[in-house]
Amino acid sequence: MNAAKSTMSAIAVTAAGRGLLACPACELVSRPPTRTSSAVNDVNDEGIACPRCGADVHLRKPESIRRTWAFVLAAAVLYVPANMLPIMDTNSLFDAQRDTILSGVMYLWSTGSWGTALIVFVASIVTPLVKLIALACLTLSVQVRSTWRPLLRTRIYRAVTIVGRWSMLDIFVVTVLVALVQLQSIAVISAGPAAIAFGAVVVLTMFAAYSFDPRLIWDPIHSENADG
Amino acid sequence: MTRNGLDRSLAFAIAACMLLVLANTLPIASLDVRGQHSETTLWGAVVALHEQDMFVVSALVFVTTILAPAIELCTILYMLVPLRFGHLPRHLSLAFRLAPVAREWGLVDVFMLGVVVSLIKLNNLALVIPGVALWSFGGLIVLLTAVGAAFNPRELWVRVAESRATLARYESSTPRRDAAGIAPRDATGIRSK
Repeated sequence: MNAAKSTMSAIAVTAAGRGLLACPACELVSRPPTRTSSAVNDVNDEGIACPRCGADVHLRKPESIRRTWAFVLAAAVLYVPANMLPIMDTNSLFDAQRDTILSGVMYLWSTGSWGTALIVFVASIVTPLVKLIALACLTLSVQVRSTWRPLLRTRIYRAVTIVGRWSMLDIFVVTVLVALVQLQSIAVISAGPAAIAFGAVVVLTMFAAYSFDPRLIWDPIHSENADG
Repeated sequence: MTRNGLDRSLAFAIAACMLLVLANTLPIASLDVRGQHSETTLWGAVVALHEQDMFVVSALVFVTTILAPAIELCTILYMLVPLRFGHLPRHLSLAFRLAPVAREWGLVDVFMLGVVVSLIKLNNLALVIPGVALWSFGGLIVLLTAVGAAFNPRELWVRVAESRATLARYESSTPRRDAAGIAPRDATGIRSK
């Protein structure tokens, strides 16, 4: 038996294929009482309560594709004001300055803190964008039941869920600056409207990542294998 | 399976609780510019945002840096303290399901980096002094990670089964409510709607 074939046969055994449900919280595998079909895309995947911990257990996360699209699109719309509007207003003795996320990065760069500038740039501009594009591509690939490189796509999903939280960085930077720089006669910093949009982007992309079910990546491969 | 993982997790959680209190009550950093002094705690920062009508942002900061770690530690203590003494907490399953959600939304590590970045930004303008809370946050990150690493769900359910068996032996004569607070269900495990 060659390597590719053994991989395929390993994939063939899935809990869903055997009519079993895996609990997302406590990992208990249970058998739903009256299952008529073991098809993964069974329309009535009503779900049960896990017999051990009581969590909702479904074959696949309910409405995964539709929900992920909704969150991704909402986040994509808000990504524009989050980057265009000012996130921070500085009112000092001499001038008033309105900073967007990008101008904040450029300020750090100009003062010689290249490392910090790079961290902020990657965390608050690159990460949300890459996350949105990655989730959109993953959802699309699942929707058309693509069989292209499932392992790579699973890894991309895993990376997206781990890295996503770091895009909150800029919100926290603004929070600390707003609280700390309240020197009435010298300088006062206040948060700008982009902070709201940016916070929403981060929360929405986190929800999008949760509602996506990575098992959907493997379903077309499994069913193709079962047919052939 | 790691032995005594639950006990270690409990010990880390107790230590983390203390650091969480310190991190929230002591100043994160202070600022000195031309005789003017300014300092802030985490709670002070949440209030400052709220006063600028940034309700959403201040709520987001509150949930991710104060509420979520507090809930995570509470659920861990709620599950593990009674189990340590052979009792079953009434809402065990609820706490068990809440803990990972709280962990997911706790962004203490990201906040710590945020503080460092903002101090670097301010360093060119003023004299900034990192506060005690900043070090507490560092310790809290380490301890929260240790709590999560030592907490093994499978070990928990083994311990629960043992406690349940012991309790059943003592109270076999009287029918009692399910100690873990799981709603009574028929053998099929279908949730009653």
